[in-house]
Amino acid sequence: MTALLPRRGLAQILALIVILAVDRVVSPQFFDLRLQDGRLFGSLIDVLNRGTPVALLSLGMVLVIATRGIDLSVGAVMAICGAIAASLADSHGLPVVLAAALGAGLVCGLWNGFLVAVLGMQPIVATLILMVAGRGIAQLITEGRIVTFSSPDLVWLGNGSVLGLPVPVVIALGMLILTGAVVRGSALGLLIEATGGNARASELAGVGTRAMILSVYVWCGVCAALAGVIAAADIMGADANNAGLWLELDAILAVVIGGTSLFGGRFSLVLAVLGALIIQTMNTGILLSGYPPEFNLLVKAVVVLAVLLLQSPKFSGLAGIAARLRRTKA
Amino acid sequence: MTPKALFAASAMAALLLALPASAGQLTIGFSQIGSESGWRAAETSVSKQEATKRQVNLKIADAQQKQENQIKAIRSFIAQNVDAIFLAPVVSTGWDSVLKEAKEAKIPVVLLDRDIDPSGKELYLTAVTSDSVHEGEVAGDWLAKTVGTKACSIVELQGTVGASVAANRKKGFDTAIAKHANLKVVRSQTGDFTRAKGKEVMESFIKAEGGGKSICAVYAHNDDMMVGAIQAMKEAGLKPGKEILTVSIDAVPDIFKAMAAGEANATVELTPNMAGPALDAIAAFKDKGTVPPKWIQTESKLYTAADDPQKIYDSKKGLGY
Repeated sequence: MTALLPRRGLAQILALIVILAVDRVVSPQFFDLRLQDGRLFGSLIDVLNRGTPVALLSLGMVLVIATRGIDLSVGAVMAICGAIAASLADSHGLPVVLAAALGAGLVCGLWNGFLVAVLGMQPIVATLILMVAGRGIAQLITEGRIVTFSSPDLVWLGNGSVLGLPVPVVIALGMLILTGAVVRGSALGLLIEATGGNARASELAGVGTRAMILSVYVWCGVCAALAGVIAAADIMGADANNAGLWLELDAILAVVIGGTSLFGGRFSLVLAVLGALIIQTMNTGILLSGYPPEFNLLVKAVVVLAVLLLQSPKFSGLAGIAARLRRTKA
Repeated sequence: MTPKALFAASAMAALLLALPASAGQLTIGFSQIGSESGWRAAETSVSKQEATKRQVNLKIADAQQKQENQIKAIRSFIAQNVDAIFLAPVVSTGWDSVLKEAKEAKIPVVLLDRDIDPSGKELYLTAVTSDSVHEGEVAGDWLAKTVGTKACSIVELQGTVGASVAANRKKGFDTAIAKHANLKVVRSQTGDFTRAKGKEVMESFIKAEGGGKSICAVYAHNDDMMVGAIQAMKEAGLKPGKEILTVSIDAVPDIFKAMAAGEANATVELTPNMAGPALDAIAAFKDKGTVPPKWIQTESKLYTAADDPQKIYDSKKGLGY
């Protein structure tokens, strides 16, 4: 487990605690929890529940970024898979719905991985193609409407609860453990990091870099598919125009807040998910604060800047110099 | 015969073959924005229905949200020498030159749903649009009437920040409830016009207002956000439509489904029938030379549970919302 929880998570944990404390100030009932119809009810649960889609996306995104790639298409993949799930939900059982949606995510990931690993396209351009086309595909599936469904099985995925926790949160937790077990329980994580650190050297050392790159994009697609199914299940409908819109940026931000460098070579799954929680804690806090919505984006930007500054070695270096100067003057 | 006239003649001939046309049948070109929303799809289907009802040949060009496609479509309508052009402009500026061409060809242009830059007022015959400030007022007036004299804390789900519709619907509602001291908007946040955000914001409103017990009514700038908010209220163990009043705008089919289930109270319609009044104005203009007013305001009709929501849902769900 030490591999899952590296010592470098201190800045992130500190940031989360500070934001939680601020949330407590703007909304005194922030930490209140009670049972409502067999599930926990409170703002903390909202943070976990609403943070699930970005947390799932960041699980895939962090591996892609570790190979020095990026996946801009995850939001569009969410829309496609949500649309597929919603269209099938009332006529097929949950296993078929899930298989179709996750299968579609896998195919999307294969497409991205093929463009990057086999054709050697720049990841940002290669995934931009699906980012643009994917939303169109989703709109074709839903015919531009919001496709609603009432299948209780799929609705349960979005709104049900297990031991008081919302199902999406349990799924995200399961995915974190699964991904962690696979990449850190084997040498896979190391090979992914090697690919991102220096693809050519790794190739010469016998790492199957092409397979590594292909598989991280596939995993990213599957994670996005799961997020898309959950987003659709949550509102009992697939909204192709808006599902997952701009969430690729939140996912990248979550990964970066989690301390993973966009230059690849190292990553932390737990910290990426923590990054997603930091973003959502801030979002929920803004909603609870009662400030006019015109401030939302500004507040978000300031907090993100602060969190990133906290992590920047140069900035802490500067702060150190400033402190020393003050001491010498005194 | 000039090539242009030849083209128009052959187009007319093709049209005569295709339709059992009456003698004075009008041909109207409609440059539609494209499939940006369910409402837009409904507008297209209602336009077709209204044209068929009046035996007008309506040619619809889908611009796929691009102004250059709309300009191309208008030029091709001019070349076909249509009797009138309907335009649902995707943006408000940049229409001057193409509308001048239409004016020179003596083809009247009617704007549907959206207005264009004021500098071009003389370039079109009339604009058929809804007044979104008025929509907000209708919603506010209904709430004030329903609540009566008891104190009422309202939470508001705004549309996208910066969208003029959102600003107008807020303004209209605020004006309407300002006359009643017992009504007060206690929380207002943006739900970006989407179900998912409407649900998320409503969840936070419920927590911030002590579990939702102190909320008396929800006002949403569109029905989609309200559908999300209704889910949030139900999951929190509240009873929307009974304990908490709801009023929203647009009148999309799903809000009627909620209304039929007793979970929503009222919606103000943004009618998808912009073409009907436009067709009437064009017919009067062509037959008797009646110049319509520069702005034809569509009705902002209020629907409540008393209006047989199930029947309205059935009639609306096929329109493509």
